[in-house]
Amino acid sequence: MYQYDKYDQGMVDARVEEFRDQVRRRIAGDINDDQFKPLRLKNGLYLQLHAYMLRVAIPYGTFNSLQMRKLADIARKYDRGYGHFTTRQNIQYNWIKLEEAPDILAELATVEMHAIQTSGESIRNISADQYAGAAADEICDPRPWAELIRQATTFHPEFSYLPRKFKIAVISAAEDRAALRWHDCALRIVRNEAGEEGFEVYAGGGMGRTPFIAYKIRDFLPAQQIFSYLQAILRVWNLHARRDNIHKQRMKILVHELGEEEFRRQVEEEFQTFLALGTDFPQAEYDRIAEYFTPPPFEAGLSDEIDRSDPDFALWVDRQVAEHKAPGYAIANISLKPIGGIAGDISADQMDIVADLAERYSFDEIRATHAQNLVLPHVRKADLYAVWQALDAAELADANLDLITDIIACPGLDYCTLANARSIPLAQKISERFADMERQLDIGELKIKISGCINACGHHHAGQIGILGVDRKGTENYQLLLGGSGAEDTSQAKITGPGFDEAGIVDAVERTVERYRELREPGERFLDTYRRVGLDPFKEAIYG
Amino acid sequence: MANFRYRDDQPHEEPAVTLDAFLEQPDATAVRLEAGEDARRLIPFLGRLQLIEISFPRFRDGRGFSSARILREAGYEGELRAEGDVLIDLLFFMRRCGFDSFSSQHSLNPADVEAALNRYSNVYQDATDAAVPIWKLRHG
Repeated sequence: MYQYDKYDQGMVDARVEEFRDQVRRRIAGDINDDQFKPLRLKNGLYLQLHAYMLRVAIPYGTFNSLQMRKLADIARKYDRGYGHFTTRQNIQYNWIKLEEAPDILAELATVEMHAIQTSGESIRNISADQYAGAAADEICDPRPWAELIRQATTFHPEFSYLPRKFKIAVISAAEDRAALRWHDCALRIVRNEAGEEGFEVYAGGGMGRTPFIAYKIRDFLPAQQIFSYLQAILRVWNLHARRDNIHKQRMKILVHELGEEEFRRQVEEEFQTFLALGTDFPQAEYDRIAEYFTPPPFEAGLSDEIDRSDPDFALWVDRQVAEHKAPGYAIANISLKPIGGIAGDISADQMDIVADLAERYSFDEIRATHAQNLVLPHVRKADLYAVWQALDAAELADANLDLITDIIACPGLDYCTLANARSIPLAQKISERFADMERQLDIGELKIKISGCINACGHHHAGQIGILGVDRKGTENYQLLLGGSGAEDTSQAKITGPGFDEAGIVDAVERTVERYRELREPGERFLDTYRRVGLDPFKEAIYG
Repeated sequence: MANFRYRDDQPHEEPAVTLDAFLEQPDATAVRLEAGEDARRLIPFLGRLQLIEISFPRFRDGRGFSSARILREAGYEGELRAEGDVLIDLLFFMRRCGFDSFSSQHSLNPADVEAALNRYSNVYQDATDAAVPIWKLRHG
């Protein structure tokens, strides 16, 4: 994976000192809270209900054991012994003191980590396929491009005071594991007829209160021109977005209001301006970065056999293990969704165990996923049993990937100042209701996504079953949505009808699931059945 | 109020006129752009303009960064002034986008201004200043 040189290190070190100085000026009263807010947000520091929350970037979801151990140390020293993996492959801490934040950033910088642009109206951390470099179905490893884009968009002078946040995702596989088209700018690496790498470019996606699935605005962009093209998109948006209503300033609104064609025309025109400036990074820089992503030295001649004699292990293999591009290797998913647990939460001790396993069995690599789980990307099939035993001992061996208990949930009203309703206890209740493993396996793939308010951090628009918490006359109320997808068959979920209280929504989910089981044809996932029969049969079951 | 200027020539004394007024009587040599006004309308006149002032009504409104770069990229060499809600932590980005003078409605501590402008010894990308991006340093 990528390693900092003296320049990269210099940037994060300077950032730590800059933020230390900003905190000093805030405490001295030289800047007011309104002026300080965007500065702390650009360093990932939010003010939540009970304390500050610090969001640490995990660029394109890739990190190593040294970094994971540092994250564990920070959880012990500055937080309450745990951290929370987010839907954008980052990690956040919920109990941070403002005056300690510069010290935490300094500790992160010692392991080549930072919190730069993890929040605020900036170009956010780049997300990517968590199986990058390991997936059997990818064209190439998308991470060198993600790293190049990370550098190009870090402290960008023209685009550091954007109308709103701007999220970029990069993948290179046919299967979309990164919720690609729900991003402001989505890039899929493809090859043209001449065999050259380029990007299919999508723009204007996003969730929030006004969801849009990104439109394709380019079939093929030569890969070396990506920075020019991104700057063109950003400039069109920066100049023409509304600035009078924070809820209408995301790029998706501009793309929608201008129309796909006019937006594309303006971007292409601005693209010519940037191409002429010659600001694109040269091939030599791409090559330098790509060198760090050379595949690890996979052993040849390994067996693909897995000893499945332990039934619990066999169950875990069937759910959690994905196909690897190298013979004899596998991708191992680690569930952060124990029954009744908090989605994405992990204790410091568990972090240390994952770090040990990565170091010993996965060429020192760990991945974070947008579904709030972790991945060991390069495990020898012969080592899977040992990995599973260690995970099992650490209560990290749940076998529920993409099943009904693998729920995405935002922090909700337990932590967040924006939330209208709690997400965590609801996710726990649904998880407990469907705890039975046989029942989960019978239901099959079913992705539930829960947001505690319309800002949609819990991706409810993309949920096969989505749940949106709202405030209804002072009490928490939950709306049910069906039919969303964050995969390659992207779709937006639809609201079924009137909302429910907390107990009612769990029952409504169960009625939805039972109706699916009655209606499904062999081989159909919940989403397939829903798409075939539509909303009505489910409404009937839910509202009777 | 704080004014900072990073040019060697004499400050321009003529008051800046609005964009509309300028387009009606383009013999003026100083013009003021409000946030949201199209900087490209000035491109035909850049040769004789000596001062362009770009308004930052609220520090969060970053349109002026793009306007400044557009003017510099089109070859403007006169004074480019950021005016209004100009805060210390914007200055580094503003300099990189081509601003060479600042008229802030706030009182800014000169030592803090210097520190903010000199904090980063390198940059990752080209802009309109002379800073050499890190990728160029890496490849000599």
